[in-house]
Amino acid sequence: MKDAKSTGTRSQMETGTSPGKPDAKLGRDIQAKIGQQLRALYDEVLNQGVPDRFADLLNRLDKPDDKESR
Amino acid sequence: MALDASVRDAVLAAVPSLRAFAISLCGNVDRADDLVQETLLRALANINSFQPGTNMSAWLFTILRNHFRSEYRKRRREVEDGDGSYAETLKSHPEQYGRVEFEEFRTALAKLPPDQREALVLVGASGFSYEEAATICECAVGTIKSRVNRARTRLSELMSVESVDDFGPDRTTRAILARTERA
Repeated sequence: MKDAKSTGTRSQMETGTSPGKPDAKLGRDIQAKIGQQLRALYDEVLNQGVPDRFADLLNRLDKPDDKESR
Repeated sequence: MALDASVRDAVLAAVPSLRAFAISLCGNVDRADDLVQETLLRALANINSFQPGTNMSAWLFTILRNHFRSEYRKRRREVEDGDGSYAETLKSHPEQYGRVEFEEFRTALAKLPPDQREALVLVGASGFSYEEAATICECAVGTIKSRVNRARTRLSELMSVESVDDFGPDRTTRAILARTERA
């Protein structure tokens, strides 16, 4: 199983990790990859910052006298 | 309604993270942004129920999640999202990860049961503790841990056996749909 580390991840599947069971044997590589990818996906959105529509929304709500505009 | 400046800043600061979470729930950026907007409106209408000194971000996540779940049931049929706008918005993936890997991961993530995906995102990406995630999801800490473990196991299985060539945006959409219908 240690061979699976650097070669195909397929062989890890064949060693049989059952769903629902925390398994230390899950390839450490693939677990690290999951963590990285998850954060990359998330950060992709974080890096977009606050879209104008939300800043505008808060500004509008913050100024009751401005509610007739637009 | 005049907002306290510190409250306003805290709400604004939470927006990017709320969007990221909403996208992971909806699988669609436009719908996620509507969800965030509705969340902000609800939060500000009920700002008096926020206890100063507690975690603003967790409070907002809770509102977003509750709103999503009530709306989700109503709009279940509308989840179709045939336009692949999720893939579209996120296509500029970080270069340090290969596109193939990134696609593979996204496809696998979309296949997780919603409860597992949400737990994994809260703990693994949003940076909440298991305890905070349990509060947001209104369940026991042990339940969150178990969902996160199952999500990781399932993801690693999916990523191990699937060839990305077989999965385009249509498959992703179908996977979300199939999951939705079963949920």
